[in-house]
Formats: sequence, structure tokens, C-alpha cells
Amino acid sequence: MALDKDKVAHIARLARIRVEDKDLAPIGKELDQILSWIEQLNEVDTANVEPMTSVASLKLKRRADQVTDGGYPEKVVANAPAAAHGYFTVPKVVE
Amino acid sequence: MAALTDLTLAAARDGLKKKSFSAKEIAEAHIKAVEGARALNAFITETPDKALAMAAQSDARIAKGEARPLDGIPLAIKDLFCTEGVLTTAASHILDGYKPQYESTVTSNLWRDGAVMVGKTNLDEFAMGSSNMTSYYGPVESPWRRQGDNRPLVPGGSSGGSAAAIAARLALGATGTDTGGSIRQPASFCGIVGLKPTYGRCSRWGIVAFASSLDQAGPFARDVRDTAILMRAMAGHDPKDSTSVDMEVPDFEATLDKGVKGLKIGIPKEYRVDGMPAEIEKLWNQGIEWLRAEGAEIREISLPHTKYALATYYIVAPAEASSNLARYDGVRFGLRVNGDSLDDMYERTRAAGFGAEVRRRVMIGAYVLSAGYYDAYYLKAQKVRALIARDFEQAFGQVDAILTPTAPSAAFAIGDKMDDPIAMYLNDVFTVPASLAGLPALSLPAGLSGDGLPLGLHLIGRAFDEATVLRAARTIEKAANFTARPGAAS
Amino acid sequence: MSLIKGETGEWEVVIGLEVHAQVSSNAKLFSGAATAFGAEPNAQVSFVDAAMPGMLPVINDYCVEQAVRTGLGLNAQINLRSVFDRKNYFYADLPAGYQISQYQQPIVGTGTIVLDMPDGSTREVGVTRLHLEMDAGKSLHDQDPRLTYVDLNRAGVALMEIVSEPDMRTSEEAGLYLKKLRSIVRYLGTCDGNMDEGSMRADVNVSVRKPGGELGTRCEIKNVNSMRFVQQAIEYEARRQIEVIEGGGAINQETRLFDSKQGTTRSMRSKEHAHDYRYFPDPDLLPLELDPAWVDNIRASLPELPDPKKARFMKEYGLSSYDAGVLVAEKDTGAYYEAVAKGRDAKLASNWVTGELFGRLNKAGTALADSPVSAAAVGELVDLIADNTISGRIAKDVFDAMFETGKGARAIVEEKGLKQITDTGAIETAIDQVIAANADKAEQVKAGKDALLGWFVGQVMKATGGKANPAKVNELLRAKLKG
Repeated sequence: MALDKDKVAHIARLARIRVEDKDLAPIGKELDQILSWIEQLNEVDTANVEPMTSVASLKLKRRADQVTDGGYPEKVVANAPAAAHGYFTVPKVVE
Repeated sequence: MAALTDLTLAAARDGLKKKSFSAKEIAEAHIKAVEGARALNAFITETPDKALAMAAQSDARIAKGEARPLDGIPLAIKDLFCTEGVLTTAASHILDGYKPQYESTVTSNLWRDGAVMVGKTNLDEFAMGSSNMTSYYGPVESPWRRQGDNRPLVPGGSSGGSAAAIAARLALGATGTDTGGSIRQPASFCGIVGLKPTYGRCSRWGIVAFASSLDQAGPFARDVRDTAILMRAMAGHDPKDSTSVDMEVPDFEATLDKGVKGLKIGIPKEYRVDGMPAEIEKLWNQGIEWLRAEGAEIREISLPHTKYALATYYIVAPAEASSNLARYDGVRFGLRVNGDSLDDMYERTRAAGFGAEVRRRVMIGAYVLSAGYYDAYYLKAQKVRALIARDFEQAFGQVDAILTPTAPSAAFAIGDKMDDPIAMYLNDVFTVPASLAGLPALSLPAGLSGDGLPLGLHLIGRAFDEATVLRAARTIEKAANFTARPGAAS
Repeated sequence: MSLIKGETGEWEVVIGLEVHAQVSSNAKLFSGAATAFGAEPNAQVSFVDAAMPGMLPVINDYCVEQAVRTGLGLNAQINLRSVFDRKNYFYADLPAGYQISQYQQPIVGTGTIVLDMPDGSTREVGVTRLHLEMDAGKSLHDQDPRLTYVDLNRAGVALMEIVSEPDMRTSEEAGLYLKKLRSIVRYLGTCDGNMDEGSMRADVNVSVRKPGGELGTRCEIKNVNSMRFVQQAIEYEARRQIEVIEGGGAINQETRLFDSKQGTTRSMRSKEHAHDYRYFPDPDLLPLELDPAWVDNIRASLPELPDPKKARFMKEYGLSSYDAGVLVAEKDTGAYYEAVAKGRDAKLASNWVTGELFGRLNKAGTALADSPVSAAAVGELVDLIADNTISGRIAKDVFDAMFETGKGARAIVEEKGLKQITDTGAIETAIDQVIAANADKAEQVKAGKDALLGWFVGQVMKATGGKANPAKVNELLRAKLKG
């Protein structure tokens, strides 16, 4: 199995990480090496094994329907790289 | 009298109570030590003013006879814990300038008990690494050197800054986080004690997430007692974390000296991996003998799926990380690199903001979750993980704790293994299985390598049985009588 | 079944709906921030909603309960174990880069919604599933020429996504489906059904095929926020697809937007890329396990829902399927009607409620809850008609006065002297006067021109100011002219 340039570009796109064209092949090689190594799991017989869904053997806790948070818009945008009139702002999105 | 920075946490606590010295004096001694050890690059942010202000409050409480359990104890905080109003970076460029408007639950617990923050420690970027070399803020140097060799060594990772700070006497205790060994491996490399508690024992609220099903906070200290004291303060139920367990936190310190008589200690045969250095194997055998001599019963056990733990980990952790790190997108906080469109902005921001190892893991994670590969990788890994957990469950039907080495080697030189990710991943071969099963595990210094570097032994316990792990560790500690100190700090 | 005629023959439209219904909760699904509509930007946002580093979700118990309640209201299977997954995608108003949703194991499985067709018949539409998920924030594209503004007040609000089977064949059925679903959630109190404020939105899946043929490729029209728009969007989209296919083209599976000004749909540019959501169980949460006894308690507390109520109205009050359907569409109309009908002529009550009252309310744009005429007042009016105190015609005037003034029926009748004249002597006097004044016409009636009898009735009614009992007038006139 080999990760070709298109596949690497697709993964980079999914992860929203810009990868220059010249770097696609070396990254593919690197990822390939890791993936081939983790494929050793194919040796393990997992028929009839339920996948692990939670480490802690707990019941999911639930909270009451009470307003206990929010009401601090200035803190929400305090660290924003760009904001206007209490909104976050981003480059214009055309739907 | 010994220097204030040489005290154990317990001795400092008792001295403060007796007013042998003040919290201010201890804080000042540590602030000075931190300033003097900048060459180690253990801290990303020093907080001397905050330390002095907190120490003043401690002194006031002590004067009124209202001392809290950790009043006046200077601590170093891994820069993965969000601290209100104090720069929090996860050692990543992408969190440039980020000052949280909230305080993590674990650090809140420590401040509630009176502890004093000296600074935020360096780490591998987003806790991804075993060397502290992936930090955007540069590598941390271990205070240790090989005999006759002055090349700087790694402190281990990812909590390398915290471990180095404790070894170099820059704080009396520190917080770390452990996802696959990030507390235990650096503890082993730096000759100190580090404990990863049971998953669910400490709240994850306010800790920058790496892999949610694996991340746990835990303490570093220079001895087992100090570790037990810190563990108790950090732990506890948090209604804000759905995976935090509502269970009483025992007084670990109180049961520390109960010994190991009658305890059954398991020795997993699969951990005797090919190519294990002789000195590691020797130390392990020594550990077995120490416990046996104190009345423990030693049993060989089998953890047959151990050999698949690392591969499992390197599917599960990157998968979760790829999703956890999606929030670093340049919109609400941290770095933004402008682009022509929203997607262009995302891609430029994340390419510039994440280092090579983080980018690598995020991409691996996206891949193993992607359409057509989910079953083959992620689902498969979660099934193998269930088998690994079952191995432990069966073993703990026969034994009370498990003893292994912490790491397959002593610390290596800065720059080594960087070109071979898999060789780097192998550092965590002994620590990862307990992480996958969510079990408590501790590393303590038990001896020195041939070239004079600390080596750790690793104890794994039943879920929520940190007390037994600490008891067994205390027994080994007494027998090992590890007194070596790093050259750079003496 | 109604088909659309194209150039190559008839086409069948296949429609499925994914409705997002906001749970009527005080706080969000995974955080303690408020959900009220119309707050200042980012004022109802917690650090969890903004996906600040280290923030964790904790589920709102009430929202879980409302999802189960809704599932029970749809006669659906309740899954005692369900799982929250992360749906990963990047968007400006999705702070974490993933939405917490339920993918393979939703909290509610298959159920049914019964449509009340205008001809009184019913038609079943299958519900595939209902799952809980968090809403995204809001992007405002029209505030700045170069920027999109992001408000996270909605981010994290609890939604129930209710997915139908592709069982609908006309835009009308889709409208009826939405109407019924809205009615059910409003009965249950699990969602306020307010489409103007976005509490209910629909994603509409449309495809076309030759009748009985293979299913065609579908397009999904996102976020349509009124019943009328849903119907418009389907009609436009079906015609568009037919034109494309008949023109030799093929339909691409894609997401489209509805333009409510033009009444058209268009391809959504920002969703061009094929999606790969990389779902996996959210490791910050555990599987949601429900106690069967807890579910049974909710089941026992359900109110009477529209379908059983309609059946009861038909049986108990002898109403037509149509009238019963109208009366049960909203919980408060049903209750209002029952208050009027109790111990009275149920059909008369139905006529007054669905006819005069709804007509006046509609015209005035007033909600039933704000009606100036109470159920007791309508009941009083019906009583006055039943005991012949007033005639049906006078009753309409009385009702108008009641609606204007809010006064009771009896008071208005007294005040205006509208009591019906049933005294034979008084009516006979009026009849005699009319006959005397129209002797020629009276002769014609006597000669057999019965059609004029009605004219005489009208004249007598006019002479008595409409207060004479029409039946009595008829009877006496007949006796005098035909006797």
C-alpha cells in the first residue's frame, strides 16, 4: 500500500493543513511508514470482540436544565484574532 | 539547614506550619532557582509576581492558624493546564498569546489547598512527544548529564519541563499529564517520581486535550510521599467532566508505609522484550527482589496483547487528536494567518501554527477515521484495546500490582531519534498499555545506568487503587535509596 | 398519487424530510448557557460552546427526556443505549470543528406519522429515526463586504433531528407532514414549533423517477424555514430535476439552498467538496443508557395526542374527520372546543368554533389564547340558540358584538333586546299586516305559487327586526295562506 500524492492532498485537505506540492511525496512516505507499522494489528483476531467505548466504567452523568453559564460575551471574544461589534469575524463565506 | 529548594514537599509543609520559614521565603528561593536555571528552558512562562502574591496569602493564613494542606508549596504547572489570565500555550505556535478566561479544575484544586504557582512548564507541542523536542518554545534540557559527556540530554516527554524543573529543584512538585507515558517516562529520565492516576480520577476540565480517552493529569515530586500528597489534592470528582468519577479520594499518605507483606506482585512475561538493555533487565530483577524481601509474593503473569499496545495507541490517540485539534482554526483565539477564503485561512493558520509532529499525527488521525478506513484502523484498534484491557482485568484477578521497567532506555541526547518517528514512539512501549486500559501507574527512580543516568521502575495498579501502587512504590523507594542528584543542579 | 407531467411522460416525486426541532429547554445540550431567542451577540455562550481549549460537554437531562418523550409521541422505538458521535467538519460557526450528534446508534428508532389528508382520509409516513445533536452558531454574511460575522448564541442548543422515510410524493404531503409533526411536538411540549425563530427547520430531500421505477439521485435542500417554502422548494426542485433529465442531463447528488425571494433552489458553493465527516464516538462522553422504568414513567405522563384525540372527537361528538382534524391540530383548540361542547349540541359547538370563532380570530390575526371570547361565552351563545332565545341569524350579530366588546352573550341579547319573538299573537299580527299590504302576492301563493312563500317569510322577519322565530313564522304563514 502506498499513499500517493492525491491521497496525501486529500488527507491534508480534510485536516485543513496546507501542504506545498513538493512536500506531498515525502509526507506520503512518512505516513506510509507509520501506517504499515500499525497494520500489525491485522494479526489480532478480533472476531466477536466489542470495541472499547469508554475507559471509565461509569454511567453518563446528566445535569439539570438550569442556566448556569454564559452571559460574558466580552470574555468569549477576549482572545479573538479578529472581532467586530461583539461578533467573531472571518473572511467572507459565499454559500 | 538545607536550602529551601532541597526540602521535600512534606518537610516544607511541616516547616511552614512550625513557622521555621515563611511561604514568602520559599517562594523567593524557588523564583531565584527558576531564574538561575533558564538554560534548561524548563519554563515557557515564569510567574514570580503571582507566586509572591499567592505566598503572601499563604503566610496570612498560616499566621491566623488557618493553614491549608498545601499552603506555601511552590509548584510548576505544565503549560497544558489553562490558567486564568496567564498565557497558556500547549507549547504550540497556534496558541500564540492565548490567555484563558478560566482556570482548570486540577489547578483550581491546588490553589484551593494553598499551593503557589512559580510558572508554566515547557512540553512537547500539544503533549505529542517523548523528548520535549517538539515544543515551539525549543527543547528542554535535562539537568542530568552522562558521566564524562557534557552533551545535553532530553528530559523525556511530553511533560519534560515539569520533570526537569523538579529534578533541578525549581519547584517542590509539579503537574503533568500522561496520555501514553508523558508523566512516567520523563519521571524515569529525570530521576523523580511521577504518577498517572486512574482515568477518571482527575478532572480533565481546562486541560488542553490531546487524546480524550487517554489523557490524565498527575503529579511529579522528588519522593513517593510528596507524590501521594499532591495526588490527593489534584484528584476529585468534577461535575464539569463527564468522565470524572464520583468517588472518594483516599488519604494516600496515610497508607504509604503499610508495606507490601502479603501483596501479590505480577511480572508480565511479555514485557521482556527483545533487545532490552541488560542494565534495564537487571534493575527490574532487582526491583522484584526488593519487593520479595519485604514479603510480597511474586507471580509471573501474561498480558498477551501487550505487543500490540503501541500500534493501537498510534491509531486511537491521533484519531482523537485530529478531532480535538480541529478547534485551533484561527477564529476564536490564538494564531491566525490570513487567507483568501475561510478555508485558505484555516489551511494557512494550521500549517503555520502546528509543528511537524502535530501535523503528522493530525493527518494520521484524519486518515484512520476517513471513509473506507474507519473499520480497518480505528474500529480494529478499539477492539484490540478492549483485549488489552481484558488482559489486565484477568491479571488483576491474580495479583495486586504489576512491576515493569518504565522505559526501554535511559535519557538520550537532544536531537536523537528525531528522524525516525517509530523509534521515538518505542519509548512508550512499557507505559502505553496501562494508558489504554485507564489504569493507575507510577514511575520511581530505582537505580543508575552504566553512564550515571537515572532509570525508573514502573508499577501498575487496579483501577482506582493508586493507594496500593504508592505503597509498593514506597517499599521500593526505601530499598533503592536513590540519592543521586543531577550534576547541573548541584 | 399525483404525478408531474414532463415532456417524456409522467414523473413521480419522492420526498423525505429531515426536520431539526429545537428542544424547549432553558439551557443548552452540553453547557449551562441560556437558549432564549434574540440575545446580544455571543451573550449566551459558555466557554464550552465556544470550544475553548480544555472545555468538556456534560449532557442536559431534560433534553434527553424530551427526545424520549418525542419518540414516544411518534410511536417510535426507544433505544435504551445510544451513543454520541463527533461529526467532523470545518466551518466558521462550528467552534470545535465537530458537531456532537448521534450517528449509528440514535436515541430513537423507527416510528410513524399519520397525515390527515384534506379529503378526510389518512396516510402514514415512516419515521426512520430521531437523534439528539447540538446546533451550530450563526454566520451573518451581509454585515460587511469582506467579512462574515459569527455569533455563537445558537451554538450548542439542543436539536432533535427527525428523519422521515422517503414516503412522500407531493409537496402537499410534505406540508401536511410538517404540520402534523409540529402539532405533535407542541402537544408534547418538547419543541415550540416556532419556524420564524428557527425552532423548526427542514432539510428537504427530493428526487424524481418514472412511476414505479428505480429511485433517482436526490438533492438535499438545506434549512428551509417555513411550510410554504418547503412546498415551494419541492415544486421548483422537482421541475428542475425533470428538466435536467429530460434535457439529457444527470442529477448530481448535492446540497442546495432555497432562495425564498425567487422561489428557486441553487447549488451551495461552500459545500462543493465531497463530505467525509469522520464520525467516531465522542470520547468526552459515555454511551447514554436509559432505565426502562424511567422511559415507562415518561410514557405514562404523555398527554392525549392529536390522532387519538381526533378519533375520540369523531366518536364522542359525531364530528366529521375534517372538523375533528381542524379542532385537534392544536392542543388549546381541542380543549377550547371541548369546553364549549360539553353538555351541548356538539355539532353546533363545532360549527361555532371552527366557523365563526376561527374566522374572526384569523381575520383579526389573534391567537386563540388571546381571544376576547371565552369558551364559556361561546357555550352561553350556543345555549341561547338551543333554547330558542335567539335565532341562528341573530346569534351571528350577537357573536360579533361579543368579539368586539368581550361581553357575554346573554348580556348583549338583553341589552339590545334581541330576544326571539315566539309569542304567536305578535307574529300573527305581523303576518296579517304583511298579507294585507301584499294581497296580490298572497293570492298567487294561495293559487299554488309556493316559491313566494319564502318571500313572505323574509318580509315578516324584516318586520320583526329578525327576532321572530323563523320556524314559527313559516308554520303560521302556511296556515294562513295555504290552510
